Amino acid sequence: MKDLPKAKDFYSRLAHRPDSASDWMDVPVEIRKGMYCYAANPKSLDTLGFPYARDWNPVEGDWKLPENWQQIIHEGFKERLERFRSFKVFMDICVRCGACADKCHFFIGTGDPKNMPVLRAELLRSVYRNDFTTFGKLLGRIGGARPMTVDVLKEWWYYMFQCTECRRCSVFCPYGIDTAEITIMGRELLNLLGLNIDWIATPVSNCYMTGNHLGIQPHAYKDMLDFFVDDIEEITGVRVEPSYNRVGADILFITPSGDVFADPGTYTAMGYLILFHYLREKYGFDITWSTYASEGGNFGFFTSHETMKRLNSKMYAEARRLGVKWILGGECGHMWRVITQYMDTMNGPADFLQEPVSPITGTRFENAKSTKMVHIAEFTADLIRHGKLELDKRRNRHLKVTFHDSCNPSRGMGMLEEPRYVIRNVCDHFYDMPENTIREQTFCCGSGAGLNAGENMELRMAGGLPRANAVKYVHEQHGVNMLATICAIDRAALPPLMQYWVPGVDVTGLHEMVANALVLPGEKQRETNLRGEPLEGMEDDSDE
Amino acid sequence: MNVKYMYSFLAVIVLFLIAYVGTEAVGLQWLFGVLIPYAALLVFVIGFGRRVMSWARSAVPFRIPTTCGQQKTLPWIRPNSIDNPTTTGAVAVRMFLEIVTFRSLFRNTRMKAKADGRITYQLELFLWLGALAFHYAFATVLVRHLRFFMEPVPVPIKLIETLDAFFQFGLPVVYLSGVVLAAAVLYLALRRVFIPTVRYISLANDFFPLFLIFGIAFTGILMRYFAKVDIVGIKALTMGLVTFSFPESEVLKGISGLFYGHLFFVSVLLAYFPFSKLMHLGGIFLSPTRNLTTDTRARRHVNPWNYPVKVHTYEEYEDDFREKMVEAGLPVVKSLEAAAAEKE
Ligand code: HEM
Ligand code: SF4
Ligand code: SF4
Repeated sequence: MKDLPKAKDFYSRLAHRPDSASDWMDVPVEIRKGMYCYAANPKSLDTLGFPYARDWNPVEGDWKLPENWQQIIHEGFKERLERFRSFKVFMDICVRCGACADKCHFFIGTGDPKNMPVLRAELLRSVYRNDFTTFGKLLGRIGGARPMTVDVLKEWWYYMFQCTECRRCSVFCPYGIDTAEITIMGRELLNLLGLNIDWIATPVSNCYMTGNHLGIQPHAYKDMLDFFVDDIEEITGVRVEPSYNRVGADILFITPSGDVFADPGTYTAMGYLILFHYLREKYGFDITWSTYASEGGNFGFFTSHETMKRLNSKMYAEARRLGVKWILGGECGHMWRVITQYMDTMNGPADFLQEPVSPITGTRFENAKSTKMVHIAEFTADLIRHGKLELDKRRNRHLKVTFHDSCNPSRGMGMLEEPRYVIRNVCDHFYDMPENTIREQTFCCGSGAGLNAGENMELRMAGGLPRANAVKYVHEQHGVNMLATICAIDRAALPPLMQYWVPGVDVTGLHEMVANALVLPGEKQRETNLRGEPLEGMEDDSDE
Repeated sequence: MNVKYMYSFLAVIVLFLIAYVGTEAVGLQWLFGVLIPYAALLVFVIGFGRRVMSWARSAVPFRIPTTCGQQKTLPWIRPNSIDNPTTTGAVAVRMFLEIVTFRSLFRNTRMKAKADGRITYQLELFLWLGALAFHYAFATVLVRHLRFFMEPVPVPIKLIETLDAFFQFGLPVVYLSGVVLAAAVLYLALRRVFIPTVRYISLANDFFPLFLIFGIAFTGILMRYFAKVDIVGIKALTMGLVTFSFPESEVLKGISGLFYGHLFFVSVLLAYFPFSKLMHLGGIFLSPTRNLTTDTRARRHVNPWNYPVKVHTYEEYEDDFREKMVEAGLPVVKSLEAAAAEKE
């Protein structure tokens, strides 16, 4: 964080006046420190069987490309045009109206014109015109076409990894052109040449081998959860007993591994443990964790459709092996985009599972009757609605909460009300951010799609600026001190963002707040919350 | 000077001169009045069809609608059935509103930053208004022109003419659509020149259709209100085009070069259409983020090219970690002994 630019340096970029004397095709790409992520470790690519694993450095001139790289890109492009109507239509119909331009958090924050979604897409479209359209071939440059060169490739690489695939641009485009979809294709093409970033490639290879992005081996995974079990006992006086890889359980629980690993996500993981224990004690709820499917997230999605499928396959495979009825999924953003829009198609049909029914309320989750996978915010909202949870809101009353809609649950799913309903039921003070910055118009944390590395911190602070700016507004207006979210990447990415832009605002998951409010049977008088912070004011109330 | 709009502008001027000189001086009325329009129409129809077919041939492997509102989940949470449509009917409503009212563009905001870094977003409807005015004016002009291809002129077209001439300015009656069309095109072109971000992204292919359409509107307005052209002769020609019984060469030669310029512009627009961004007319119907249902968790979508992939199975995983799992008390499928026995 130390070598980051000053706030006013960031502000000076917000003016958005691209140098109009020059044509963007003539502006060479400059791969700048702080804005890019390191190249993929060749070992990780080897593990996955990806092509052209090698040591290379983005800032060096020679990227050690295979000799026929242009042909590989051309053929890869062609194949994807045939496989994805989205890609083909989006290549053809953009009118360059510019409606999407100032909708992208990276353009807003960096002021770099090639971060306008339309230009990000033009980086590929210009080559598409050259290679695949009559007019492009005929007119060349004046027709907006340019041939594929090493410099163009470098430009692709730089800007495909400055897009978090958040889809905010697609909400505003009159034709629904989704630049995320174009970035996804661009990254697939780059992967054909071994040009991934390490922050994506290594988690993917870990996930492939150990079941989770962080490479936590089965025994260590259990150790970490056991550690939470001890902490929970200390705080609540109740010992929870999670089970692992248990054949015959009713339900399988899958959540991102980030929450097992780092604060503040760990408190959300503790929240799950507490909720499941409560439900087991009261209602005989039967759920198991898995070390094999110990990752909800899917960085394969940020690599290629095929890689996404390879990692995602573990969910259904494990559910089938354990013989559960259905799957419950934890709080995560891109995990839920994959589950909602890809999983069933790629790895279904899940006909060995049952249509999900809450064993406690009897609610049928008809919206998930084919994937057989329920989001925990839906599940908990339903429990609260039916009065199945004993909640003591006072334990959260020091919190003034606002909610960050994560991109994927909002624009790839439409989960907007469930988390808000849960928050309102476990907290006294809830304030939404201004309406152009939430729900389907929510701003990305600036670190999604595999960009939450350390070396690109300047990019992350710039991309997160619009989000932070809206948080700052409610922080100043209402004294908001807690930013709630249902995404594990957010829980990792937002704390440094808040530290930089809005000190005094902390980050939490939904189920941390639920567990703090939840009154466990047989619990002791709680003196601290899950973070070990004293519960102010609670002491007096207990004497009443 | 920006070469992109200069080239486009020059191209349009040259196109006009070609037709004007070609008819007035060289006498190629047959070429510009009959052959080229037919050829252009042919290119348009075939090109349009081929482009749409090529889109249709590409697969839709996943259902990836952009959800712009609350999903349908628990019965007590009200879903936004238009922006998060779970049924084909709701998708039809979403598409209808996109196409008829440019609904997504209606959300447009403009971001503004103050020096202290505070950012605000304001509703920005000029683009939406300009685009809507342009398209509706264009459509109206198009419909009104059907009178040149029909005898007798059908009542609905006469009705539209009456409505269009609602604001009676003088004689001949002024049609609102032509004026609005020219003004809207001018606005759309000017924003490309003056808004820095839009100028930066604009290509020559963005200016060209605007100038061309402006040229069409301008020559049209000239003919109607200023330069008196031989309307009877023109109608004879246009009727000839649909009935394949063309008037005498004398009649063709009697029509002003201005008209041939106008007609040539239209021909160029038709021929240019299938190869350009104007194909958004067809593409919007096929946009997968808008035209698919969002009930992806309730109804399975089938990918026609789904293929098996290499995965790391549970059995392989257990083989990798069996000892550690047993030591940690995690259940295993194969005991250490069984695994060891198998190895031998
Ligand atoms: C289904 C029908 C159509 C829809 C929904 C539609 C929608 C739109 C929208 C939303 C824009 C963007 C706003 C703008 O850039 O001004 C646009 C631009 C444009 N449309 Fe259409 N359009 C349709 C049909 C057509 C047709 C038939 C033409 C034929 C001339 C046309 C010509 C144009 C042009 C030239 C622009 C560019 C304006 C500019 O460069 O700024 N559109 N259209
Ligand atoms: S809003 Fe859509 S049509 Fe307009 S420039 Fe952006 S991608 Fe192109
Ligand atoms: S998907 Fe998000 S990050 Fe990517 S171009 Fe669109 S708005 Fe920007």
